[in-house]
Amino acid sequence: MNDHRKVFIRLSVVLVGLIFIIKLFTIQVLSDNYERAAEGNILQRIIEYPYRGLVYDRNGKLLVVNNPIYDLMVVPMEVKIKDTVSFCQLFNIDKETLIKKYQEVRNYSVIKPSVFIKQISNEDFARIQDKMIEFKGFYISARSVRDYPHTSLANAVGYVGEINKSQLDKDTTNFYRMGDYIGISGIESTYEKELRGTRGVKWKMVNVRGVEKGSFKDGQNDTLSVPGLDLMSTIDLDIQQYAESLLDGKVGSLVALQPATGEVVSIVSAPFYDPNMLSGREFSKNFKILSSDSLVPLFNRPIMAMYPPGSMFKIVQSLIALQEGVLNPDELIYSDGNLIGDLAPNGYYDLRKAIQYSSNNYFYRIFRRMINHGIDPNPFIDARYGVALWREYVSKFCLGVAPKIDIPNPKSGYVPTVSYYDRVYGENRWKFSNIYSLSIGQGETLVTPLQMANLAAIIANRGFYFMPHIIKSIGETGLPDSIYQVRNYVGIDSAHFIPVIDGMEEVIRNGSGRRAYLPDITVIGKTSTVENPHGEDHSGFMAFAPKEDPQIAIAVYVENSGWGGRAAASIASLVMEKYLTGEVKRKALEDYVLKGDFIY
Amino acid sequence: MRRDTNITYNIDWLILFIYSTLVIMGWLNIYASVYEGGTGMNIFDFSLNSGKQLIWIASTLIIFSIIMSIDFKFYESVSYLIYGLILFMLLFVLVFGTKVSGARSWFEIGSFFKIQPSEFAKFATALAIAKYASQPTFRFSNMSHLLTIFALILGPMLLILLQPDAGTALIFISFIIVFYREGLTPYVLIIGIFFVFLFILTMFIDQLYIILGIGLFTAIAIGFAEKTFKKAVGILIIAVMTLGVTLSFDYFQTNILKPHHQKRLMVLINPNSDPLGDGWNVTQSKIAIGSGRIWGKGFLQGTQTKFDFVPEQSTDFIFCTLGEELGWAGTSVVIIIFIVLILRIIYIAERQKSRFARVYGYGVASILFFHFTINIGMTIGLFPVIGIPLPFLSYGGSSLWGFSILLFILLKLDAHRMQILNR
Repeated sequence: MNDHRKVFIRLSVVLVGLIFIIKLFTIQVLSDNYERAAEGNILQRIIEYPYRGLVYDRNGKLLVVNNPIYDLMVVPMEVKIKDTVSFCQLFNIDKETLIKKYQEVRNYSVIKPSVFIKQISNEDFARIQDKMIEFKGFYISARSVRDYPHTSLANAVGYVGEINKSQLDKDTTNFYRMGDYIGISGIESTYEKELRGTRGVKWKMVNVRGVEKGSFKDGQNDTLSVPGLDLMSTIDLDIQQYAESLLDGKVGSLVALQPATGEVVSIVSAPFYDPNMLSGREFSKNFKILSSDSLVPLFNRPIMAMYPPGSMFKIVQSLIALQEGVLNPDELIYSDGNLIGDLAPNGYYDLRKAIQYSSNNYFYRIFRRMINHGIDPNPFIDARYGVALWREYVSKFCLGVAPKIDIPNPKSGYVPTVSYYDRVYGENRWKFSNIYSLSIGQGETLVTPLQMANLAAIIANRGFYFMPHIIKSIGETGLPDSIYQVRNYVGIDSAHFIPVIDGMEEVIRNGSGRRAYLPDITVIGKTSTVENPHGEDHSGFMAFAPKEDPQIAIAVYVENSGWGGRAAASIASLVMEKYLTGEVKRKALEDYVLKGDFIY
Repeated sequence: MRRDTNITYNIDWLILFIYSTLVIMGWLNIYASVYEGGTGMNIFDFSLNSGKQLIWIASTLIIFSIIMSIDFKFYESVSYLIYGLILFMLLFVLVFGTKVSGARSWFEIGSFFKIQPSEFAKFATALAIAKYASQPTFRFSNMSHLLTIFALILGPMLLILLQPDAGTALIFISFIIVFYREGLTPYVLIIGIFFVFLFILTMFIDQLYIILGIGLFTAIAIGFAEKTFKKAVGILIIAVMTLGVTLSFDYFQTNILKPHHQKRLMVLINPNSDPLGDGWNVTQSKIAIGSGRIWGKGFLQGTQTKFDFVPEQSTDFIFCTLGEELGWAGTSVVIIIFIVLILRIIYIAERQKSRFARVYGYGVASILFFHFTINIGMTIGLFPVIGIPLPFLSYGGSSLWGFSILLFILLKLDAHRMQILNR
């Protein structure tokens, strides 16, 4: 009887062994899931964030730097909070948030570190650092955020922020990950590729508590991070800050360029804000405040705000008429006030005088010659040819087309086309009498302050411009983009600029722009009082100086401040004085601007 | 018949060879499981588990010499004494023992030397059972003999359960294999297996359905059986007993079984039910073993065990280190070695002329078989996590001593088998 029991016992032993070997075969040989799970257990991919490139002004002063900031990381498996109350106090969160956040990170991973609280400031870090020992499982990880030491130039430098879903989808190079930072506006956005640098990746082995146990395969798959390239801006910080102080409390823009290079020396959008508001932990809160402000400080006025050019446009009209040969600058034209409203007295005007007095009726007549070219006897058809030709000229002045400045979203302004009037009035149903207000820069034409500054540069250069730009050089030896290194000719012979510039000189000496007069430097300028149907007129002014060797071209718009000769001309003149002589001697004018009471 | 008293001639060298192989493999694996790489670590470092284990291994040589030099008849004659002594120690440890992770299983003598009496209860019980069963008058059919021999198992089992150390207590069930070999009716085994099945059912199925099921089976059985009153009553009695057992299991599970035991059983069925909590051990253990693939990552090259993903890596989960570093090749070889060892012990048991030696031999085989089955089964997810060591491989002095003594006494008895006269 016992014989088969002996066999049965032995068979059971062998059977168990066989089951084990087969089961192990399925786990160890047939399945590779466990191998992958094992790598998942021990491998930790550590991203090394590169430092974002710095931005300097043209004199080497820092405009944008990186500041250390600290993220509170947590490894749920190790967490031990003895005293939740003191934890909540230390990190300034309530208990529910703590529990909710903790659940979130726990659901993500128990053994992998996740971010618990983002962007703890340097000051908070000092306070927290000593108490960290009480909270097991929490670590501090250092990163950097943007810092703007001079608090100027907010809209031009822009800001960085966490990448959003649509940007992530657009990123075909697969560079960004969720939670990465990306330049959102201004230089930060335009030069994102140069500034961001290259991320490094380190593969670390970690033990069950997330403690590092050395590099994986001796680091052969690791890459080093490469810091972003530093940029040198064309901005002169001193001028920028001075210009900002002049525009403080006003709504408007200022753009100052070097005519010989197209370099933007100063670009102000008022009202402005401290760019540091949009860096770091308070981003969302501050962004809300800024975007709900009725004066829209986030609206980058110098490149986005569109106004009628006003009388400044008369310069363009003069040059086109001269080039087309419909005007002799010395021809005396009797201009009385019966065609169009005018502040200039009745009388005979040549071009210089017309510019000096900004005679509306003179330019009405000049523009009529331009439009009614006499190509076709039918005034309706003739006007079509005239407008088409005129518009071609105007476009070459970079008007009605967006300047390719290296700040995102410059607006093109508006210069009406033949098809526009066809749409409005019907084909062949409009002629000069419908469009005459274009002659004096009113009507449908719209420009941005940047375009007006560029116009001043064109006049200063007597016929060409460099595309305005705000970055001088990229990296150690880098140059700006090649589009900023070519002359763009506007198709007007340089000789035609002589009478125009003479007229503009008189504007400053004896005309509406007297506030812009500088004793030792010949300033060339033109004011605009931009008709504003919604309220007080806007004050506009463009100028360059000195006359013979132009160093600076400038345009200023101050909204609702009345005559161009007052607010805009004063501000532009002070900035020019500061730029050209290094100091401002005309304290009375400075006080007048700072007081800012221009409407009277 | 040759009667060679030279012990070296009669000793079973195959078993001794397997023993040495396993012990050395264990030692290397213990080093691998504590190895942290590159820091000038030394397998002989006495502050490491591998160094300590080496001391224990060395000490087994002394144990071997002592056991071999004592007269073989001594073991039979002092069986009860040893058993009694161990029972006393098991009682003693409940009062004076040191509590380690919730169980009072250890005597601590100094700070270094710890001893776990339950490890020694195994060979002591094997001796006592062998002694009792070898009485010429012993019959399993004799109810008082049957109860006595079961009591011999239950004594240490209960004391160990009180520590509480359910895992080690469970090992004493292995003696049922011995009883089966020695003539215990197989119905005990069948009923035992039926009850285990019922036990698992009660864990996962609502009590109500089980009761309904029992009722249904009873009705069918009565319907098909010969329609005699006696048969019907018999079936009914069985049904009522089953019902009683079911209810008591349910009571046991809800009121006596600790939650962590319940969870361990649950996790066995579905380890993914709680992969970070109670399923952690099983999941990580399988990941470690599975990641070894065919040939393993190489000695000291394992990551899962080294970086503490696997718990208790040098003791209960030593098999993981082996699986990860030596792969399926390594695990298969170890399993085959164990099977050969157990079969060899059974072979040796069968060739004994004395019933004492044979019963003892079967006891040795059964204990090793249970340890082997439960330990490896738990690491690969076939058994619930029961904290018992893998014989000869796991780190631990008491366990190594216990298994060594268990095996050496058998070798001693076997070496003298020719000196036993046929009865």
